[in-house]
Amino acid sequence: MTSDVQVQALPAQGWRRGIDLSWPTFALLTLVLSVLVLLPLFWLVYYSFRSDTGGGATFDNYIALVVDPTLLRAYGLAIGMALAVGALACVIATPMAWLVARTDLPGRRTIRMLVTASFVTPPFLGAIAYEILAAPNSGIVNIIYRSIFGLEASEYLVNIYTFSGLVFAIACFTFPYVFTLVANALDRVPSDLEDASSILGGKSMTTLRKVTIPLVLPAMLAGTLIAILQALTMFGSPAILALPAGFHVITTKIWSLFQFPPRLGLAAAAALPLLIITVILLRAQKSILGRKGYTVLGGKSGTPRITKLGPWKWVAIAFVLTVLSLTIILPYLAILKTAFTGTVGDPINLSTLTLSHWRFVLFEFSATQLALRNTFLLGFLTATAVTAIALIVSYLVTRRSVPGSGFLGVLATAPVAIPGIVLGVGLFLSYANPTFQLYGTIWILLIAFMTIELPAGYQQMSSAFSGVHPELEEAGRIMGASRLKTLWDITAPLLRTSVVAAWCFVFVGTIRELSATILLTTANTKLVSVIIYDLNESGDLGAICVLGIILLAASFAVVFVANRVPVLGGSQMNARG
Amino acid sequence: MWKKALSAALLATGLASSAAWAEAPAPYQITPELEAAAKAEGKVVFYTATDVAVAEKLAEHFKSKYPGIAVQVERAGSERVFQRIGQEYSTGIYNADVIETSDAVHFEYFKRQGWLEPMVPQEVADKWPADERDPDGNFAAYRAHLSVIAYRTDLMKEADAPKTWNDLLDPRFKDKMVKAHPGYSGTVMTSTFVLSQLLGWEYFEKLGKQNIMQVQSSTEPPKKLAQGERALEVDGNEYNVFRLIDEGKPIKIVYPDEGTPLAVGNAAVLKQAPNPNAAKLFYAFLFSLDAQQLNSDFGGLRSFHPDVKEKADRTPLSKIKVLHSDPEKLEPEIPTIKANYEKYFGT
Repeated sequence: MTSDVQVQALPAQGWRRGIDLSWPTFALLTLVLSVLVLLPLFWLVYYSFRSDTGGGATFDNYIALVVDPTLLRAYGLAIGMALAVGALACVIATPMAWLVARTDLPGRRTIRMLVTASFVTPPFLGAIAYEILAAPNSGIVNIIYRSIFGLEASEYLVNIYTFSGLVFAIACFTFPYVFTLVANALDRVPSDLEDASSILGGKSMTTLRKVTIPLVLPAMLAGTLIAILQALTMFGSPAILALPAGFHVITTKIWSLFQFPPRLGLAAAAALPLLIITVILLRAQKSILGRKGYTVLGGKSGTPRITKLGPWKWVAIAFVLTVLSLTIILPYLAILKTAFTGTVGDPINLSTLTLSHWRFVLFEFSATQLALRNTFLLGFLTATAVTAIALIVSYLVTRRSVPGSGFLGVLATAPVAIPGIVLGVGLFLSYANPTFQLYGTIWILLIAFMTIELPAGYQQMSSAFSGVHPELEEAGRIMGASRLKTLWDITAPLLRTSVVAAWCFVFVGTIRELSATILLTTANTKLVSVIIYDLNESGDLGAICVLGIILLAASFAVVFVANRVPVLGGSQMNARG
Repeated sequence: MWKKALSAALLATGLASSAAWAEAPAPYQITPELEAAAKAEGKVVFYTATDVAVAEKLAEHFKSKYPGIAVQVERAGSERVFQRIGQEYSTGIYNADVIETSDAVHFEYFKRQGWLEPMVPQEVADKWPADERDPDGNFAAYRAHLSVIAYRTDLMKEADAPKTWNDLLDPRFKDKMVKAHPGYSGTVMTSTFVLSQLLGWEYFEKLGKQNIMQVQSSTEPPKKLAQGERALEVDGNEYNVFRLIDEGKPIKIVYPDEGTPLAVGNAAVLKQAPNPNAAKLFYAFLFSLDAQQLNSDFGGLRSFHPDVKEKADRTPLSKIKVLHSDPEKLEPEIPTIKANYEKYFGT
């Protein structure tokens, strides 16, 4: 109404003001993002001071956090596990990234693509694949080991149901974070510094040690921190591998507090330190990456130096093949094998091949259809909503069209500090009450996924925006187009590839989410990830593998489409956060 | 007759006298009107703790008998079903029509909360032992099964297999056993309670040192045996073992000398059922002879229906020493059981 009045009163100026939606958009987005991010955190803090028994205000939950040995142990084990995962991921990923980025190793492009594949694999599916491979008795690896050496049935080579097994299984599916960051950094390290070292008489190893590694060290540390963070906040893999081994990590412990009657206050209090640790790690990562400036200072001065491997080539190939078999080839073969044979322990021959698991999943199991529909519906909705919001927010932030727009960027990045399970607890507390009644609908899941994926979408979009010079937009604005029209007609087409890439990235992230989902799902809002988890608890590995194959096929289809778009090469699958 | 032995089960719910029985609503039959009304709703949502393959088989049978009514089977462990319905009802979500778990405590709780719609199918009124149905008609025992010790006959000789609960503490079984979790499985909650009464918590403290593989559902230990992942299960559903034996897996059940815990699975219709007529029809179907016979033949479950014929190779309950649980005594012990279990087994 007011804009109508203004149009009449101030024809010249009012015209522009009436159409320019910057302010309303800014206000609306600020409101939406604040609700998305701040509301769950508010309830989390509120409940952590609320007694589970009486309902009054109390410090008991925080006291329990310090004195309850089961909680302390869960935190200790989770932190130990995360650090070990970080170290292992770094040790695997760094040499591999160097081989791929800076040597004449054959098949480098393929290797990058395969690492991306391991990134797309939901970690919980990877954990299940490792149950099939490396369970002490029925694990395929152990069966082969025993038959080769003719050993007793009680002998085994590897046991995945241990602390180290868990660390290994998680590292297999988190090392791409380190790999991607280090490989990208190596792509950008100016070769003139290395040339200088060679000219001054440094041998290639000396150059590597004294020049190249120090230059990529920030990327290594940052990648490792992300791997640590991922491991610390992961729910699926520990639930699948740690519980059989007889220990809790903090995420599974928080989940167990939801057993009826739920201890919401304690769950909220137990979740908060996880939030604080995450914030600290992210700040550390930021301050490390903040110094990254000097690695790219020289820009792309010439092509990166390629080291000739010579006789070491075979060692390098063996190393890369080992890593790829452990992270991609073996798990995928195990999943395929289990989907088509009776039970995990069966040998493969004509009599054990069966489609019974497929028949069960596709025709008998009544949850399948609903879960597939929900999963893909939510994937599409989340990806579209997040990409749209991220596009507008990054526009407002990078073009500084509205004073204070930087705050929007902060809001859009903030959820990265909220671990999935913490967000799950927060959203449950915010929306699972008779006032909102969002619990039990797919909307609560949409809110959760949007919150979780927003930072990734925003990060991708804002880096894409900084690559588009504003002069094109200014031309549009000068010709009298509104901001939104300029955005739509000029900026968006220029960013099309990035938009598609961000959309795919969010889509894949959504359909593999489990840690927040597990607390928010109900019978009518089942997702594939949740039924996989449910089936795992009742030991139906064959059905899980069939669902996993369907889920992976969909993920890969999306990534494949993304890869048709030139901008999204394997190396551009940026790590979240 | 093993059914007599079963009849002694669940004394707490059965303690009620015939006077209380009078409060239950009059028995009902499946009428064409009920069928038509159920068809109009077109769907029934079944929250169950029975193994997913068995529950889906039953649903399939229902669909073939009453075409046009879809059955949505929501399977999880008993304690998880309890958690789910608790979360849903406390936030005003009414998804479920018919509910079934293997922890008898839950139904006492539901009844106290007034969540159940009393109704008595004719079949239950005519055939069910009085001890196996709620005197007020809120619920009735839909199934029963034992929680059994079982082992792989190809991985363990019969002579080496355990004969008693205390045998499981022998070092020769270290690293060889698999066990389900009382925080997930109603069957294991019941059996942990019964065994802690019988053998004391020291027993579990020692058992916890045997390096046992911990799984969640009581349907899972038999599957781990079938995979060959472990040679011996401490607990697990007898019916899953029956099914795997039927499939030809080399597994054998041990009924220990001290006795074997029995878990009774009650079923009920919820007061807030979104499809009340389909719920009523499905509930009556659950207790019908052919559904109960299917549960026995395909599912390996024990039935309270006197006309159900069990397969000949299964040990009748009358020949087994059965340990009964009292849900009224179990309920206040639940926090202790969970805490002790986490102390001795780590999760």
